[in-house]
Amino acid sequence: MSVVADLGIAFGRVAFVMMFVLNTAAILGWVERKQSAIMQDRIGANRASIFGIRAMGLFHPLADTLKMLTKEDFRPAGADKTLFSLAPFVSVLFALVAFASIPFGDVLHIGDRAIPLQAVTLNVGILYVFAMLSLGVYGVMMAGWSSGNNFALLGGQRAAALMITAEIAIGASVMGVIMVYGSLNMMDIARAQGQLLWGWLPKWGIVTQPLAFILFVTAGIAATKRIPFDFPEGESEIIGYNVEYSGMKFGMFLMTDMVETTVLAGLSTALFLGGWQVPYLLADGFHFPWGSELLLSPLTVTLLQVGSFVTKVAVMIFILMLIRWTLPRFRYDQAMRLGWLGLFPLSILNIVLTGAVLLAWGAR
Amino acid sequence: MGGAVNLGQRFYLREVLSGLGLTAGHFFRNLGKHIAHSLGKKDSRGAVTIQYPEERRPQSPRLRTLHRLVRREDGSPRCVACMMCETVCPARCIYIVADEHPNPEIEKMPQRFDIDLGKCVFCGYCVEACPEDAIRMDTGILEFSAYDRRSMIYTKEMLLSLEPAGVDGRPRSPIPIPPRRNV
Repeated sequence: MSVVADLGIAFGRVAFVMMFVLNTAAILGWVERKQSAIMQDRIGANRASIFGIRAMGLFHPLADTLKMLTKEDFRPAGADKTLFSLAPFVSVLFALVAFASIPFGDVLHIGDRAIPLQAVTLNVGILYVFAMLSLGVYGVMMAGWSSGNNFALLGGQRAAALMITAEIAIGASVMGVIMVYGSLNMMDIARAQGQLLWGWLPKWGIVTQPLAFILFVTAGIAATKRIPFDFPEGESEIIGYNVEYSGMKFGMFLMTDMVETTVLAGLSTALFLGGWQVPYLLADGFHFPWGSELLLSPLTVTLLQVGSFVTKVAVMIFILMLIRWTLPRFRYDQAMRLGWLGLFPLSILNIVLTGAVLLAWGAR
Repeated sequence: MGGAVNLGQRFYLREVLSGLGLTAGHFFRNLGKHIAHSLGKKDSRGAVTIQYPEERRPQSPRLRTLHRLVRREDGSPRCVACMMCETVCPARCIYIVADEHPNPEIEKMPQRFDIDLGKCVFCGYCVEACPEDAIRMDTGILEFSAYDRRSMIYTKEMLLSLEPAGVDGRPRSPIPIPPRRNV
């Protein structure tokens, strides 16, 4: 019986994360259209309707999917058949599994069972997320190479170059967070962010590592290959790795972008925005720094934590979308200059500064 | 590297933040207007969009729209087939065949008066040139279309059947349907 319960709980954890990521990615299509429209004094797509119900354009992602599924699945004659078909799946798979080790709540105690609210408990969670995000570029390179199209090949190479630039900056900027919280386990990092600095300031990553936050988000946007770092695709003029794709395979590349945006939002929430922490909320309720207390049941606390995580992810996605619809695209050389001469040295500087501060803090 | 870029601009961050502030300002201002609109404040508009088929831009009364042939009181065309419009037309889209008018006081009348709207450039010279005020471009009709070029040729009967636009600028007659032709 307990094996069945364990399996059920494991399945439930994975299902929650999978549902969260997939549904968020689907809704992001609507969010992207509507947010950009409102930012630009427009209304945005609102014509798709089911029985006359328009629901503010919420059916457009559905209509998009139907369109993608029913379109011709074209494969060029010069393409490598296997890799060409495999590439979008590789691309979307690694983006989907990357969310697995991001915690969305504290350990939940039901009876004598302790359930950590994350899909997979890994003590090297950060490395796992980065490994999966880096593997995602293989799908893109595969797509570029197997299309049998020189423009696609060049796009794939631009994607590979951008990915290396971004991954180095991401890894180096997160080093500071790992040094401050002393763990590679994302659950431990999220829990450590619940401590208070000077008794009132939540010790979130954005407080202790503000420079790393900016560097991480910048490099993270580059890793998702979206505007302003979208020159691997450059759909409007320089065309990229997905130029030969059509139908649902093209749709899967779009979905990869959306899922990666969600993962980036979840990752920056877990590392810099306190993860599932609510300020001053401990396991048994609120303990405010001015001394008052508000005790809550464990289930309420867990719901508050999950709600806090989801809200932070939503805010982060809003910011990412805001950036995507505000900035123009970097040229290839500009992005390389920014990555190698801007983000990377600043990340190293951040590591050195963090080390010095930690040393001074410990010596005091 | 342009020389006019100072250190703050080279560092991107400040400029990026000011740009994000601008777009975020638009977002929240428009979002507030949208919410006010849906709560019943109908004059609060968060977007400049005109929802076209249901909602139309106001048209200037001088706007040149689909032509019509002005009728006499007995319903016959006021046109006397003087060929002025056909002559002045820069697109050469007007084709007139003249005929005797039964009334001896009127010299001629058009037997055929075709306008090829696929060629017409809507310059309004035909209206200017007409000595009889027999052709006008005030129907308010903009959305005529066809599946082939020959159906874009509007005949005398179609042009005679049109009414001028109402005072609100909206068309009062339906868009004429070209007779079915064997292409």
